[in-house]
Amino acid sequence: MTEAVAAAGIAEPIEGRSLWADARRRLVANRAAMASLVILAVIALFCILAPLVAQHPFDRVYWDRISLAPELARGHWFGTDVNGRDLFARTLHGGRISLMVGLVATCVSLVIGVTYGAVAGFVGGRADAIMMRAVDVLYSLPFMFFVILLMVYFGRNILLIFVALGAVEWLTMARIVRGQTLSIKRREFIEAARASGVTNATIIRRHIVPNTLGPVAVYITLTIPHVMLVESFISFLGLGVQEPMTSWGVLISEGARQLETEPWNLLFPGAFLAVTLFCFNFVGDGLRDALDPKDR
Amino acid sequence: MLTYAIKRLFGAIPTLLILVTIAFFLIRLAPGGPFDDEREIPAEIKANLERVYHLDEPLIQQFGRYVLALAQGDFGPSFKYKDYTVTELIWGGFPVSLRIGGIAILLAIAIGAGLGTLAALRQNSRLDYTVMGFAMTGIAIPNFVMAPLLTLVLGVHLKLLPAGGWGGGAVRNMILPIVALALPHIAYISRLMRGSMVEVLRSNYIRTARAKGLPERLTILRHALRAALLPVVSYLGPATAGIITGSVVIEQIFGIPGIGRYFVQGALNRDYTLVLGVVVFYGVLIVLFNLLVDLLYGLLDPKVRYD
Repeated sequence: MTEAVAAAGIAEPIEGRSLWADARRRLVANRAAMASLVILAVIALFCILAPLVAQHPFDRVYWDRISLAPELARGHWFGTDVNGRDLFARTLHGGRISLMVGLVATCVSLVIGVTYGAVAGFVGGRADAIMMRAVDVLYSLPFMFFVILLMVYFGRNILLIFVALGAVEWLTMARIVRGQTLSIKRREFIEAARASGVTNATIIRRHIVPNTLGPVAVYITLTIPHVMLVESFISFLGLGVQEPMTSWGVLISEGARQLETEPWNLLFPGAFLAVTLFCFNFVGDGLRDALDPKDR
Repeated sequence: MLTYAIKRLFGAIPTLLILVTIAFFLIRLAPGGPFDDEREIPAEIKANLERVYHLDEPLIQQFGRYVLALAQGDFGPSFKYKDYTVTELIWGGFPVSLRIGGIAILLAIAIGAGLGTLAALRQNSRLDYTVMGFAMTGIAIPNFVMAPLLTLVLGVHLKLLPAGGWGGGAVRNMILPIVALALPHIAYISRLMRGSMVEVLRSNYIRTARAKGLPERLTILRHALRAALLPVVSYLGPATAGIITGSVVIEQIFGIPGIGRYFVQGALNRDYTLVLGVVVFYGVLIVLFNLLVDLLYGLLDPKVRYD
């Protein structure tokens, strides 16, 4: 019996460790990053299950419970806002919007940035010069000006806000991917692919893009919190999601107004946003360390 | 180096021109106009207004007129702030934004570089974790949460500083906005600094410096700091341009008469000339600071040469 096991162990072929398997092992060993992932998952779960978790609907106005301090008896765990709505429910519902903004906008920026960067880097020459010059010009446009124009143009449609944010956020992604592409396209396997008659589009899709994913993954975890910050900033200026829907940014900007008398209106949504951003940054750092082969 | 700088400045002209073009047509694409009010203005008055500001001409002609005026340094009159030219508005607010933003960024460099170096020297110690935790907090807590919190604690509860208001630019009123502006930058710079310092400290020439018995303080200050500052310097280019053109949030919370609000108000009011003015101004600053960054690179890194 034991001999059979030993024999099987010897017979097992030596398994090569891919970059990703290696990175995953190191990420799992990183306690801060793993804890952050768990916290993020819990927050996301709470937000998704908001109607089940919260005892009150997020848009119900309790006229007799305006600006209540947090209390357990009636289930207002985070208190109520100036309009007598349950803050716990609103925080979770706001989290849905904020997290969704982060994810959707990041996906948009990912698609645009990766395509743009990979094409510019792969084609090279004058096309590359022109494309990257365009990125430089867009970089020197003030970010707020861009965002506000897009908001003005598309009105206050939530979905379009996501797309607009993504459309502004892709510049750095494009730069990163271009830089990666420039070094990858000189490698032998690209030459081999070309020699065997693979089309340029397929080379970019099958060989270039998958190899840029390391730095891109790191940058994604930094883009999500950044987009969420921008979303809350837009809400702070009063241009964000409209009532009765809400987001963490909206809640924070409303809460900041009653800071002196009812601090819980700022503290709870603010803490949720800060913890989420904190965790995303930790995951991003962990991912960077895990994917960096120099740092073992 | 001088010829390089001059060449770069001339090279920036086409970039700025493209920038102006994009900004001009983008703001015109937005629905509505500067004279749309909640109260309907009579058609003749509106027509008169539009004639005075040349808004009745074809767009391309307006664009040509704007660029020609711009080439002579004329930003045109503001549409919303009657009797003010855009130049007057910018020069009215910029000194305030520059003073607050300038102090904030200098503070951020000094504290950020110092903390980052300390953390790198004691890598993975308790000090390192404390500094990096603080930096992460500075990045994760948005400005508009930090500013009211600072006001509440230092202004309202401890009554150390005025809780709001500009007070004509008194020093006491400037402390809180400067701290609120500097905090996220301190956080970013210390993280950048720690990362690059850790790498530099592992390099051969630092080992050589230590091996020949140079005191640790000199090794760090004279050799390591120079190379470790490079990533911080390239972060500082855009960051400085951004911080000295003001922050809408900080200006709104503390009632500061800077120019940050014009970026938002100008776009919202369709104050075409004002928003174009600040966009061009910002673009010029970005170009200047990026040039400065490149020149600093030449000073810090002997491998970089400009001929």
